[in-house]
Amino acid sequence: MSFFDHYNYWIFVILFVIGLYTIMSRTNLIKKMIGLSLFQIAVFLFYITMGKIEGGTAPIFVDDPNAVYSNPLPHVLILTAIVVGVATTALGLSLVVRIKESFGTIDEEEILRQEEDSK
Amino acid sequence: MMEEFTNVFLMILLVAGALGVLYVRNLFVATMLLAAVSFLMALIFVILDAVDVAFTEAAVGAGISTVLFLGTLSLVGAEEKESKKKTVLPLLVSLIVGGALFYATFDMPKVGHPDTPVQSSRLTERFLQQSPNEIDVPNVVTAVLASYRGYDTFGEVTVIFTAGIAVLLILRQLRRRPETEPLEDAQPELPETASDQRVTPNIHDLVPHVVAKLLIPFILLFGLYVQFHGDFGPGGGFQAGVIFAAGIILYSLVFGMEYTQKLLPLWVVQLLLALGVLLYGGVGVVSMLLGANFLDYNVLASNPIAGQHLGILLVELGVGITVTAAMLSIFYGFANRSEFNKQTGEN
Repeated sequence: MSFFDHYNYWIFVILFVIGLYTIMSRTNLIKKMIGLSLFQIAVFLFYITMGKIEGGTAPIFVDDPNAVYSNPLPHVLILTAIVVGVATTALGLSLVVRIKESFGTIDEEEILRQEEDSK
Repeated sequence: MMEEFTNVFLMILLVAGALGVLYVRNLFVATMLLAAVSFLMALIFVILDAVDVAFTEAAVGAGISTVLFLGTLSLVGAEEKESKKKTVLPLLVSLIVGGALFYATFDMPKVGHPDTPVQSSRLTERFLQQSPNEIDVPNVVTAVLASYRGYDTFGEVTVIFTAGIAVLLILRQLRRRPETEPLEDAQPELPETASDQRVTPNIHDLVPHVVAKLLIPFILLFGLYVQFHGDFGPGGGFQAGVIFAAGIILYSLVFGMEYTQKLLPLWVVQLLLALGVLLYGGVGVVSMLLGANFLDYNVLASNPIAGQHLGILLVELGVGITVTAAMLSIFYGFANRSEFNKQTGEN
Protein backbone atom coordinates (compact mmCIF):
# COMPACT_ATOMS: atom_id res chain seq x y z
CA MET A 1 0.00 0.00 0.00
CA SER A 2 1.56 3.26 -1.02
CA PHE A 3 1.32 6.58 0.73
CA PHE A 4 -0.82 8.08 -2.02
CA ASP A 5 -3.61 5.53 -1.68
CA HIS A 6 -5.15 7.16 1.34
CA TYR A 7 -3.52 10.45 2.01
CA ASN A 8 -6.51 12.49 0.77
CA TYR A 9 -8.49 10.84 3.55
CA TRP A 10 -5.75 11.66 6.04
CA ILE A 11 -5.87 15.31 5.08
CA PHE A 12 -9.62 15.13 5.52
CA VAL A 13 -9.11 13.75 9.05
CA ILE A 14 -6.58 16.46 9.93
CA LEU A 15 -8.81 19.29 8.69
CA PHE A 16 -11.83 17.73 10.36
CA VAL A 17 -10.00 17.54 13.70
CA ILE A 18 -8.72 21.13 13.40
CA GLY A 19 -12.28 22.31 12.71
CA LEU A 20 -13.71 20.29 15.57
CA TYR A 21 -11.04 21.50 17.98
CA THR A 22 -11.60 25.13 16.96
CA ILE A 23 -15.31 24.82 17.62
CA MET A 24 -14.83 23.20 21.02
CA SER A 25 -11.85 25.10 22.40
CA ARG A 26 -12.41 28.69 21.25
CA THR A 27 -14.89 30.80 23.15
CA ASN A 28 -15.22 33.57 20.56
CA LEU A 29 -18.41 32.99 18.61
CA ILE A 30 -16.98 34.17 15.28
CA LYS A 31 -14.03 31.85 15.76
CA LYS A 32 -16.51 29.05 16.29
CA MET A 33 -18.22 29.93 13.01
CA ILE A 34 -14.85 29.91 11.27
CA GLY A 35 -14.14 26.52 12.82
CA LEU A 36 -17.47 25.29 11.53
CA SER A 37 -16.51 26.41 8.02
CA LEU A 38 -13.24 24.48 8.25
CA PHE A 39 -15.15 21.43 9.44
CA GLN A 40 -17.50 21.82 6.50
CA ILE A 41 -14.66 22.14 3.99
CA ALA A 42 -13.15 18.93 5.36
CA VAL A 43 -16.37 17.02 4.74
CA PHE A 44 -16.55 18.44 1.19
CA LEU A 45 -13.04 17.14 0.53
CA PHE A 46 -14.06 13.70 1.76
CA TYR A 47 -17.03 13.44 -0.59
CA ILE A 48 -15.23 14.80 -3.62
CA THR A 49 -12.32 12.43 -3.04
CA MET A 50 -14.69 9.48 -3.18
CA GLY A 51 -16.00 10.60 -6.57
CA LYS A 52 -12.51 10.73 -8.11
CA ILE A 53 -11.57 7.99 -10.55
CA GLU A 54 -8.06 7.28 -11.75
CA GLY A 55 -7.32 8.75 -15.17
CA GLY A 56 -10.78 10.25 -15.20
CA THR A 57 -11.91 13.64 -16.32
CA ALA A 58 -14.61 16.04 -15.19
CA PRO A 59 -18.14 14.72 -15.85
CA ILE A 60 -18.74 16.91 -18.88
CA PHE A 61 -19.11 14.79 -22.01
CA VAL A 62 -16.33 15.03 -24.55
CA ASP A 63 -16.14 13.48 -28.01
CA ASP A 64 -13.67 10.79 -27.02
CA PRO A 65 -15.72 7.57 -26.57
CA ASN A 66 -13.08 6.06 -24.28
CA ALA A 67 -13.13 8.93 -21.83
CA VAL A 68 -13.59 7.98 -18.19
CA TYR A 69 -15.66 10.38 -16.11
CA SER A 70 -15.49 11.00 -12.41
CA ASN A 71 -18.63 10.35 -10.47
CA PRO A 72 -21.00 13.33 -10.82
CA LEU A 73 -23.20 12.47 -7.82
CA PRO A 74 -20.88 13.66 -5.02
CA HIS A 75 -20.28 16.81 -7.06
CA VAL A 76 -23.98 17.63 -7.15
CA LEU A 77 -24.38 16.95 -3.44
CA ILE A 78 -21.43 19.10 -2.45
CA LEU A 79 -22.25 21.91 -4.88
CA THR A 80 -25.58 22.46 -3.19
CA ALA A 81 -24.07 21.83 0.24
CA ILE A 82 -21.63 24.72 -0.28
CA VAL A 83 -24.42 27.15 -1.10
CA VAL A 84 -26.60 25.94 1.74
CA GLY A 85 -23.51 26.18 3.96
CA VAL A 86 -23.07 29.88 3.21
CA ALA A 87 -26.77 30.43 3.91
CA THR A 88 -26.49 28.83 7.36
CA THR A 89 -23.22 30.67 8.02
CA ALA A 90 -24.96 33.96 7.24
CA LEU A 91 -27.75 33.08 9.64
CA GLY A 92 -25.23 32.23 12.37
CA LEU A 93 -23.32 35.46 11.79
CA SER A 94 -26.48 37.54 11.98
CA LEU A 95 -27.24 35.92 15.32
CA VAL A 96 -23.69 36.77 16.44
CA VAL A 97 -24.35 40.42 15.57
CA ARG A 98 -27.50 40.42 17.68
CA ILE A 99 -25.71 38.69 20.56
CA LYS A 100 -23.03 41.36 20.45
CA GLU A 101 -25.69 44.07 20.61
CA SER A 102 -27.52 42.46 23.52
CA PHE A 103 -24.58 41.31 25.62
CA GLY A 104 -21.85 43.67 24.49
CA THR A 105 -19.52 40.74 23.88
CA ILE A 106 -19.23 37.72 21.64
CA ASP A 107 -17.18 35.70 24.08
CA GLU A 108 -19.10 32.65 25.17
CA GLU A 109 -17.73 32.67 28.74
CA GLU A 110 -18.61 36.30 29.34
CA ILE A 111 -22.12 35.72 28.00
CA LEU A 112 -22.56 32.77 30.33
CA ARG A 113 -21.24 34.83 33.24
CA GLN A 114 -23.71 37.61 32.48
CA GLU A 115 -26.51 35.08 32.36
CA GLU A 116 -25.39 33.73 35.75
CA ASP A 117 -25.26 37.20 37.26
CA SER A 118 -28.70 38.19 36.07
CA LYS A 119 -30.31 35.14 37.70
CA MET B 1 4.59 12.12 -10.18
CA MET B 2 4.18 15.83 -10.93
CA GLU B 3 0.48 15.65 -10.11
CA GLU B 4 1.18 13.95 -6.80
CA PHE B 5 3.75 16.58 -5.97
CA THR B 6 1.27 19.40 -6.68
CA ASN B 7 -1.34 17.58 -4.70
CA VAL B 8 0.85 17.09 -1.65
CA PHE B 9 2.04 20.69 -1.84
CA LEU B 10 -1.52 22.03 -1.92
CA MET B 11 -2.55 19.73 0.90
CA ILE B 12 0.34 20.92 3.08
CA LEU B 13 -0.64 24.53 2.42
CA LEU B 14 -4.21 23.63 3.28
CA VAL B 15 -3.27 22.13 6.65
CA ALA B 16 -0.95 25.06 7.38
CA GLY B 17 -3.74 27.50 6.55
CA ALA B 18 -6.17 25.64 8.79
CA LEU B 19 -3.70 25.66 11.68
CA GLY B 20 -3.17 29.36 11.10
CA VAL B 21 -6.93 29.93 11.31
CA LEU B 22 -6.97 28.04 14.62
CA TYR B 23 -4.09 29.89 16.26
CA VAL B 24 -4.29 33.44 15.03
CA ARG B 25 -5.99 35.81 17.50
CA ASN B 26 -6.97 38.55 15.09
CA LEU B 27 -10.26 37.53 13.55
CA PHE B 28 -9.63 39.59 10.43
CA VAL B 29 -6.50 37.56 9.73
CA ALA B 30 -8.38 34.36 10.52
CA THR B 31 -11.08 35.28 7.99
CA MET B 32 -8.52 36.00 5.31
CA LEU B 33 -6.76 32.72 6.01
CA LEU B 34 -10.10 30.94 5.77
CA ALA B 35 -10.60 32.51 2.34
CA ALA B 36 -7.14 31.31 1.32
CA VAL B 37 -8.00 27.81 2.55
CA SER B 38 -11.19 27.95 0.46
CA PHE B 39 -9.24 28.90 -2.65
CA LEU B 40 -6.77 26.09 -2.06
CA MET B 41 -9.69 23.75 -1.65
CA ALA B 42 -11.09 24.96 -4.97
CA LEU B 43 -7.75 24.10 -6.62
CA ILE B 44 -7.79 20.65 -5.05
CA PHE B 45 -11.35 20.14 -6.32
CA VAL B 46 -10.12 20.90 -9.84
CA ILE B 47 -7.43 18.24 -9.46
CA LEU B 48 -10.12 15.85 -8.25
CA ASP B 49 -12.15 16.55 -11.44
CA ALA B 50 -14.95 18.38 -9.61
CA VAL B 51 -14.90 21.56 -11.69
CA ASP B 52 -18.44 22.62 -10.82
CA VAL B 53 -17.73 22.25 -7.12
CA ALA B 54 -14.44 24.12 -7.47
CA PHE B 55 -16.28 26.96 -9.15
CA THR B 56 -18.85 27.08 -6.37
CA GLU B 57 -16.23 26.89 -3.63
CA ALA B 58 -14.24 29.75 -5.17
CA ALA B 59 -17.31 31.96 -5.63
CA VAL B 60 -19.20 31.09 -2.46
CA GLY B 61 -16.66 29.80 0.05
CA ALA B 62 -13.88 32.23 -0.73
CA GLY B 63 -15.96 35.11 -2.05
CA ILE B 64 -19.33 35.69 -0.46
CA SER B 65 -18.66 34.07 2.90
CA THR B 66 -15.54 36.23 3.33
CA VAL B 67 -17.67 39.32 2.64
CA LEU B 68 -20.17 38.13 5.24
CA PHE B 69 -17.47 37.47 7.84
CA LEU B 70 -15.94 40.91 7.21
CA GLY B 71 -19.38 42.52 7.46
CA THR B 72 -19.87 40.84 10.82
CA LEU B 73 -16.40 41.83 12.02
CA SER B 74 -17.13 45.47 11.19
CA LEU B 75 -20.12 45.22 13.52
CA VAL B 76 -18.63 43.22 16.38
CA GLY B 77 -14.90 43.98 16.34
CA ALA B 78 -12.02 41.80 15.24
CA GLU B 79 -10.09 40.98 18.41
CA GLU B 80 -10.45 37.60 19.96
CA LYS B 81 -9.97 37.58 23.72
CA GLU B 82 -7.52 35.16 25.23
CA SER B 83 -9.69 32.38 26.54
CA LYS B 84 -9.00 31.00 29.98
CA LYS B 85 -10.99 27.88 29.35
CA LYS B 86 -9.12 24.65 29.82
CA THR B 87 -8.42 23.12 26.45
CA VAL B 88 -7.42 19.62 27.53
CA LEU B 89 -10.83 18.02 27.18
CA PRO B 90 -11.55 19.42 23.67
CA LEU B 91 -8.09 18.35 22.58
CA LEU B 92 -8.64 14.88 23.96
CA VAL B 93 -12.04 14.53 22.29
CA SER B 94 -10.67 15.84 18.98
CA LEU B 95 -7.73 13.45 19.09
CA ILE B 96 -9.95 10.48 19.88
CA VAL B 97 -12.31 11.36 17.01
CA GLY B 98 -9.35 11.96 14.73
CA GLY B 99 -7.71 8.70 15.77
CA ALA B 100 -10.90 6.74 15.12
CA LEU B 101 -11.34 8.35 11.70
CA PHE B 102 -7.68 7.76 10.87
CA TYR B 103 -8.01 4.11 11.81
CA ALA B 104 -11.14 3.88 9.64
CA THR B 105 -9.38 5.28 6.56
CA PHE B 106 -7.43 2.03 6.25
CA ASP B 107 -10.69 0.30 5.44
CA MET B 108 -11.48 2.85 2.77
CA PRO B 109 -10.87 1.79 -0.81
CA LYS B 110 -7.88 3.21 -2.61
CA VAL B 111 -8.47 6.77 -3.84
CA GLY B 112 -9.58 6.77 -7.47
CA HIS B 113 -9.83 3.01 -7.86
CA PRO B 114 -12.51 2.11 -10.44
CA ASP B 115 -13.95 -0.74 -8.32
CA THR B 116 -14.91 1.29 -5.28
CA PRO B 117 -18.58 1.07 -4.28
CA VAL B 118 -19.08 4.71 -5.30
CA GLN B 119 -17.80 4.12 -8.82
CA SER B 120 -19.40 0.75 -9.45
CA SER B 121 -22.78 1.85 -8.14
CA ARG B 122 -25.58 1.29 -10.61
CA LEU B 123 -26.78 4.84 -10.16
CA THR B 124 -23.47 6.16 -11.45
CA GLU B 125 -23.67 3.98 -14.51
CA ARG B 126 -27.27 5.00 -15.08
CA PHE B 127 -26.55 8.72 -14.94
CA LEU B 128 -23.39 8.59 -17.01
CA GLN B 129 -24.80 6.31 -19.71
CA GLN B 130 -28.46 7.29 -19.94
CA SER B 131 -28.25 11.04 -19.54
CA PRO B 132 -27.06 11.70 -23.15
CA ASN B 133 -30.18 9.91 -24.42
CA GLU B 134 -32.62 11.24 -21.86
CA ILE B 135 -31.47 14.80 -21.32
CA ASP B 136 -28.73 15.46 -23.85
CA VAL B 137 -26.91 18.00 -21.73
CA PRO B 138 -23.13 17.59 -21.83
CA ASN B 139 -22.58 18.56 -18.20
CA VAL B 140 -23.80 15.60 -16.18
CA VAL B 141 -23.65 17.60 -12.97
CA THR B 142 -26.22 20.04 -14.37
CA ALA B 143 -28.35 17.19 -15.64
CA VAL B 144 -28.40 15.50 -12.24
CA LEU B 145 -28.80 18.76 -10.33
CA ALA B 146 -31.64 20.26 -12.32
CA SER B 147 -33.40 17.22 -13.70
CA TYR B 148 -32.80 13.89 -11.94
CA ARG B 149 -32.46 15.51 -8.54
CA GLY B 150 -34.61 18.54 -9.39
CA TYR B 151 -36.85 17.93 -6.41
CA ASP B 152 -33.93 18.06 -3.94
CA THR B 153 -32.54 21.17 -5.60
CA PHE B 154 -35.93 22.78 -5.15
CA GLY B 155 -35.58 22.05 -1.44
CA GLU B 156 -32.14 23.62 -1.39
CA VAL B 157 -33.35 26.75 -3.14
CA THR B 158 -36.04 26.97 -0.49
CA VAL B 159 -33.36 26.74 2.22
CA ILE B 160 -31.51 29.68 0.66
CA PHE B 161 -34.75 31.61 0.33
CA THR B 162 -35.47 30.98 4.01
CA ALA B 163 -31.97 32.06 5.03
CA GLY B 164 -32.31 35.29 3.06
CA ILE B 165 -35.61 36.10 4.76
CA ALA B 166 -34.35 35.01 8.18
CA VAL B 167 -31.24 37.20 8.11
CA LEU B 168 -33.39 40.19 7.20
CA LEU B 169 -35.81 39.39 10.01
CA ILE B 170 -32.99 39.08 12.53
CA LEU B 171 -31.00 42.13 11.45
CA ARG B 172 -33.83 44.52 10.72
CA GLN B 173 -35.28 44.30 14.18
CA LEU B 174 -35.06 46.89 16.88
CA ARG B 175 -32.36 46.03 19.34
CA ARG B 176 -33.23 45.40 22.91
CA ARG B 177 -30.42 46.17 25.27
CA PRO B 178 -30.27 45.74 29.02
CA GLU B 179 -31.09 49.11 30.64
CA THR B 180 -28.73 48.62 33.58
CA GLU B 181 -25.38 48.77 31.87
CA PRO B 182 -24.61 51.18 29.09
CA LEU B 183 -22.59 49.34 26.51
CA GLU B 184 -19.84 51.00 24.68
CA ASP B 185 -20.25 50.25 21.04
CA ALA B 186 -17.03 50.25 19.15
CA GLN B 187 -18.07 50.28 15.57
CA PRO B 188 -15.13 50.74 13.30
CA GLU B 189 -16.22 52.63 10.26
CA LEU B 190 -15.35 50.19 7.53
CA PRO B 191 -16.18 51.36 4.02
CA GLU B 192 -19.09 48.95 3.60
CA THR B 193 -20.94 50.22 6.66
CA ALA B 194 -19.91 53.83 6.57
CA SER B 195 -22.78 55.93 5.39
CA ASP B 196 -21.08 57.78 2.63
CA GLN B 197 -22.54 61.25 2.55
CA ARG B 198 -20.11 62.75 0.09
CA VAL B 199 -21.54 63.07 -3.35
CA THR B 200 -18.35 64.09 -5.07
CA PRO B 201 -15.66 61.49 -4.58
CA ASN B 202 -12.28 62.72 -3.46
CA ILE B 203 -9.14 61.90 -5.38
CA HIS B 204 -8.37 58.77 -3.34
CA ASP B 205 -11.64 57.21 -4.40
CA LEU B 206 -11.00 57.88 -8.05
CA VAL B 207 -8.94 54.78 -8.78
CA PRO B 208 -11.37 52.29 -7.19
CA HIS B 209 -14.27 54.12 -8.84
CA VAL B 210 -12.79 53.88 -12.32
CA VAL B 211 -11.65 50.29 -11.84
CA ALA B 212 -15.02 49.26 -10.45
CA LYS B 213 -16.85 50.92 -13.33
CA LEU B 214 -14.65 49.02 -15.74
CA LEU B 215 -15.02 45.71 -13.94
CA ILE B 216 -18.69 45.59 -12.97
CA PRO B 217 -20.15 45.19 -16.50
CA PHE B 218 -17.79 42.30 -17.16
CA ILE B 219 -18.61 40.67 -13.83
CA LEU B 220 -22.32 40.86 -14.63
CA LEU B 221 -21.70 39.59 -18.17
CA PHE B 222 -19.66 36.72 -16.77
CA GLY B 223 -22.52 35.96 -14.39
CA LEU B 224 -24.91 35.73 -17.34
CA TYR B 225 -22.45 33.52 -19.23
CA VAL B 226 -22.15 31.16 -16.28
CA GLN B 227 -25.91 31.13 -15.90
CA PHE B 228 -26.73 30.19 -19.47
CA HIS B 229 -23.64 28.11 -20.19
CA GLY B 230 -24.17 25.76 -17.24
CA ASP B 231 -25.42 22.97 -19.51
CA PHE B 232 -22.21 22.82 -21.52
CA GLY B 233 -19.50 23.65 -19.03
CA PRO B 234 -18.97 24.15 -15.34
CA GLY B 235 -21.41 26.61 -13.88
CA GLY B 236 -25.11 27.07 -13.45
CA GLY B 237 -27.60 28.98 -11.40
CA PHE B 238 -25.85 28.71 -8.04
CA GLN B 239 -22.51 30.05 -9.24
CA ALA B 240 -24.05 32.63 -11.55
CA GLY B 241 -26.24 33.97 -8.76
CA VAL B 242 -23.25 34.45 -6.50
CA ILE B 243 -21.19 36.13 -9.24
CA PHE B 244 -24.06 38.47 -10.03
CA ALA B 245 -24.47 39.36 -6.38
CA ALA B 246 -20.70 39.88 -6.12
CA GLY B 247 -20.86 42.45 -8.91
CA ILE B 248 -23.53 44.42 -7.09
CA ILE B 249 -21.70 44.08 -3.76
CA LEU B 250 -18.58 45.48 -5.40
CA TYR B 251 -20.65 48.42 -6.59
CA SER B 252 -21.92 49.09 -3.10
CA LEU B 253 -18.44 48.78 -1.56
CA VAL B 254 -17.06 51.38 -3.92
CA PHE B 255 -19.98 53.77 -4.36
CA GLY B 256 -21.73 53.29 -1.01
CA MET B 257 -24.92 51.62 0.09
CA GLU B 258 -27.03 54.68 -0.67
CA TYR B 259 -26.57 54.45 -4.42
CA THR B 260 -26.94 50.70 -4.41
CA GLN B 261 -30.27 50.94 -2.67
CA LYS B 262 -31.44 53.47 -5.20
CA LEU B 263 -30.36 51.09 -7.95
CA LEU B 264 -31.81 48.00 -6.33
CA PRO B 265 -34.11 48.77 -3.39
CA LEU B 266 -34.68 46.16 -0.73
CA TRP B 267 -38.24 45.49 -1.86
CA VAL B 268 -36.97 44.57 -5.35
CA VAL B 269 -34.49 42.17 -3.79
CA GLN B 270 -37.22 40.61 -1.68
CA LEU B 271 -39.47 40.32 -4.71
CA LEU B 272 -36.71 38.60 -6.70
CA LEU B 273 -36.04 36.30 -3.75
CA ALA B 274 -39.58 34.99 -3.93
CA LEU B 275 -39.74 35.15 -7.74
CA GLY B 276 -36.91 32.63 -8.19
CA VAL B 277 -38.53 30.06 -5.92
CA LEU B 278 -41.90 30.68 -7.60
CA LEU B 279 -40.35 30.19 -11.04
CA TYR B 280 -38.80 26.91 -9.95
CA GLY B 281 -41.98 25.68 -8.29
CA GLY B 282 -44.05 27.05 -11.17
CA VAL B 283 -42.20 24.84 -13.66
CA GLY B 284 -43.12 21.89 -11.45
CA VAL B 285 -46.76 22.93 -11.28
CA VAL B 286 -46.95 23.49 -15.05
CA SER B 287 -45.55 20.03 -15.68
CA MET B 288 -48.21 18.68 -13.30
CA LEU B 289 -50.93 20.58 -15.15
CA LEU B 290 -49.69 19.04 -18.39
CA GLY B 291 -50.29 15.62 -16.91
CA ALA B 292 -46.82 14.56 -15.75
CA ASN B 293 -45.22 14.38 -12.32
CA PHE B 294 -43.97 17.42 -10.40
CA LEU B 295 -40.81 18.73 -12.11
CA ASP B 296 -41.01 16.17 -14.91
CA TYR B 297 -39.89 18.37 -17.78
CA ASN B 298 -40.56 15.86 -20.59
CA VAL B 299 -44.01 17.29 -21.27
CA LEU B 300 -42.97 20.94 -21.41
CA ALA B 301 -42.16 20.95 -25.14
CA SER B 302 -42.96 18.94 -28.25
CA ASN B 303 -40.41 16.22 -27.50
CA PRO B 304 -38.89 15.03 -24.21
CA ILE B 305 -35.37 16.32 -24.91
CA ALA B 306 -36.54 19.81 -25.84
CA GLY B 307 -38.75 19.71 -22.74
CA GLN B 308 -35.78 18.76 -20.57
CA HIS B 309 -33.73 21.61 -22.04
CA LEU B 310 -36.49 24.13 -21.43
CA GLY B 311 -37.12 22.83 -17.92
CA ILE B 312 -33.44 22.93 -16.96
CA LEU B 313 -33.08 26.43 -18.38
CA LEU B 314 -36.07 27.69 -16.38
CA VAL B 315 -35.23 26.08 -13.06
CA GLU B 316 -31.59 27.16 -13.33
CA LEU B 317 -32.87 30.69 -13.93
CA GLY B 318 -35.02 30.35 -10.83
CA VAL B 319 -32.00 29.16 -8.84
CA GLY B 320 -29.90 32.04 -10.20
CA ILE B 321 -32.49 34.67 -9.30
CA THR B 322 -33.06 33.35 -5.80
CA VAL B 323 -29.35 32.95 -5.04
CA THR B 324 -28.60 36.50 -6.26
CA ALA B 325 -31.43 37.94 -4.21
CA ALA B 326 -30.60 35.89 -1.12
CA MET B 327 -26.93 36.90 -1.17
CA LEU B 328 -27.95 40.53 -1.66
CA SER B 329 -30.56 40.52 1.07
CA ILE B 330 -28.06 38.96 3.48
CA PHE B 331 -25.49 41.57 2.48
CA TYR B 332 -28.03 44.40 2.86
CA GLY B 333 -28.92 43.06 6.29
CA PHE B 334 -25.30 43.22 7.47
CA ALA B 335 -24.31 46.41 5.70
CA ASN B 336 -27.34 48.34 6.91
CA ARG B 337 -27.22 47.17 10.51
CA SER B 338 -25.37 50.13 12.03
CA GLU B 339 -27.34 52.54 9.84
CA PHE B 340 -30.56 50.88 10.92
CA ASN B 341 -29.63 51.22 14.59
CA LYS B 342 -28.94 54.91 14.12
CA GLN B 343 -32.21 55.53 12.32
CA THR B 344 -34.26 53.90 15.01
CA GLY B 345 -32.60 56.13 17.57
CA GLU B 346 -31.04 53.32 19.54
CA ASN B 347 -27.46 54.38 19.21
